[in-house]
Amino acid sequence: MTRLINAFSKSHPALVCFVTAGDGDTAANLDALVDGGADVIELGMPFTDPMADGPAIQNANLRSLGAGTTTADVLRIATEFRQRHPDVPLVLMGYANPMIRRGPDWFANAAKEAGVDGVICVDIPPEEDDALGPDLRAAGIAPIRLATPTTDAKRLPQVLEGSDGFLYYVSVAGITGKQQAAQTSIEDAVAKLKAAADLPIAVGFGVRTPEQAGAIAKVADGVVVGSALVELVGEHGVDAPEKLRELTASLAKAVHSAAKGAA
Amino acid sequence: MASNPNTYKNQPDERGHFGDYGGRYVAETLMPLVLDLEREYRAAQADPEFKAQFDDLLEHYVGRPSPLYFAERLTEALGGAQVWFKRDELNHTGAHKINNCIGQILLAIRMGKTRIIAETGAGQHGVATATVCARFGLPCVIYMGAEDVRRQSPNVFRMKLLGAEVVPVTSGRGTLKDAMNEGLRDWVANVHDTFYIIGTAAGPHPYPELVRDFQSVIGKEARQQMQDRIGRLPDLLVAAIGGGSNALGLFHPFLDDPDVKMLGVEAAGHGLDGDEHAASLLGGFPGVLHGNKTYLLQDEDGQITEGHSISAGLDYPGIGPEHAWLKDTGRVEYTAITDEEALEAFQLLCRTEGIIPALEPSHAIAAVAKRAKEMPKDSVILANLCGRGDKDIFTVAERLGVEMSS
Repeated sequence: MTRLINAFSKSHPALVCFVTAGDGDTAANLDALVDGGADVIELGMPFTDPMADGPAIQNANLRSLGAGTTTADVLRIATEFRQRHPDVPLVLMGYANPMIRRGPDWFANAAKEAGVDGVICVDIPPEEDDALGPDLRAAGIAPIRLATPTTDAKRLPQVLEGSDGFLYYVSVAGITGKQQAAQTSIEDAVAKLKAAADLPIAVGFGVRTPEQAGAIAKVADGVVVGSALVELVGEHGVDAPEKLRELTASLAKAVHSAAKGAA
Repeated sequence: MASNPNTYKNQPDERGHFGDYGGRYVAETLMPLVLDLEREYRAAQADPEFKAQFDDLLEHYVGRPSPLYFAERLTEALGGAQVWFKRDELNHTGAHKINNCIGQILLAIRMGKTRIIAETGAGQHGVATATVCARFGLPCVIYMGAEDVRRQSPNVFRMKLLGAEVVPVTSGRGTLKDAMNEGLRDWVANVHDTFYIIGTAAGPHPYPELVRDFQSVIGKEARQQMQDRIGRLPDLLVAAIGGGSNALGLFHPFLDDPDVKMLGVEAAGHGLDGDEHAASLLGGFPGVLHGNKTYLLQDEDGQITEGHSISAGLDYPGIGPEHAWLKDTGRVEYTAITDEEALEAFQLLCRTEGIIPALEPSHAIAAVAKRAKEMPKDSVILANLCGRGDKDIFTVAERLGVEMSS
């Protein structure tokens, strides 16, 4: 958790990069993201039914599961990442069922032992927090919640209650990697979130280019890029790390040079 | 396991939980929508005009009440308990699915939604949804697994005739659960104008509750009809279970009648000892999928596995959360019937009663055949004949080795 706080306390906005565990050479992919300048790593836990994801990440899930990736593999990838990169924050992102299959306490403890700092569970809204949240908090892992364009001012306090690490603003009502939101709508939304939240705000969904990332970084504390990176893994397989490093470096340059928004 | 409550009719709780099951496990984008839906459903429940419109459409458009029928020759052939059928296969569109679609489209109209989406497996719910959309002049998109589109081309054509757009789903393995994933993806991207008509008593709260309520017309009618015809309630209710809406529709009005036993029949496919079945309750484990916690076919890592059944309508890896709760409380007994047994029962009903049943209720009929023989002749079994078999004749012909030219 300290690692997440540190990542969002730097003098520049944070670049958050996502890849799916078990897709391609994941260890080399993660190293390439860190090498390229990612401040936070989001590691996707593959699931057979990723209903909030667009085709790019759906396919990554299928490739990973097709290669036989298990929960034990995901945790091993996290553990080894932590050994190689003691200071880079690592967040697991995925769906409820694989996380609670052996019990939420089992998962929270296993994630803690693997050196995971935060968990984003797409299909556990605040209303169902009991399914996983208390165990994550007991293990010192940040439950990272999502806010969306449909989260109105009345509902926002409920989303913030019990969330930690950072608040992930899903900038479009839709699935990952498809549309991109208008810059002005992102600016409005981030301003409202900042007024209500003490947590750093990271913006994702549909962010693909350094130009977009740089523009968002002018107002947000962090920018999340996923599908564009995952597509490179799909296209280049085991040769993806160099491509990932290049894209991450150009994203990092744009994000890190943006003046950090008044928090 | 849950303890025995005083009433079985007070579920779900205010958070949409049936004991440990149910709930609202959806992405944040959808959360405000399901809360809106719940608010609107409560308002509709309190509105006599809504009920009047629902009842009127069920009577004059769907053709309710459906008959209660004593199956004399089947009873004779089995040589035990009297077998009665609730004839929901005589509804408009040929199955119970339309009851729910009428209720949900009225809700959609109340909420000012202008676009309808739905998922379908075999196509029965898709046809029922396309039907009510045509009736009310709303555009309709049906998600259907590409594999199911290929296997169920007559239903695809029906939906298109009714004006629906049928989208073949190629993600995943192209079956019902993938169609449901795609329906949820559409909904999350079109939150402002779109209403998702879910076809069974599953999904995020309040869907399991409202689908059950709309389908409960089956059990309410049957309860009254039994009283009128034989002056008492049946000893045993039997219904097939995929997601479980026809079974809940029949069972729910009888849940607090302690002398009425209930049997839910899952699809055992090639047998429960292998992986080729669709029996979530008997062969699955609790987990979270498609917005609710319930029994699921899954592996030790929580990855969802594909069900198998000769009946495409039972071929789903989950089950409505109320059934999960009814199983744990012991109020309803659950069993499973194989493809082979269902095929035999299908033919038995054709020959003894002149009724071609769908493959879904053929599972229920197979279970009835087993139980009736063990029960005294003055006892009464009531089974839900939830769909007619026209859609299944190609599948049955193939399994019986008959070639049909079209």
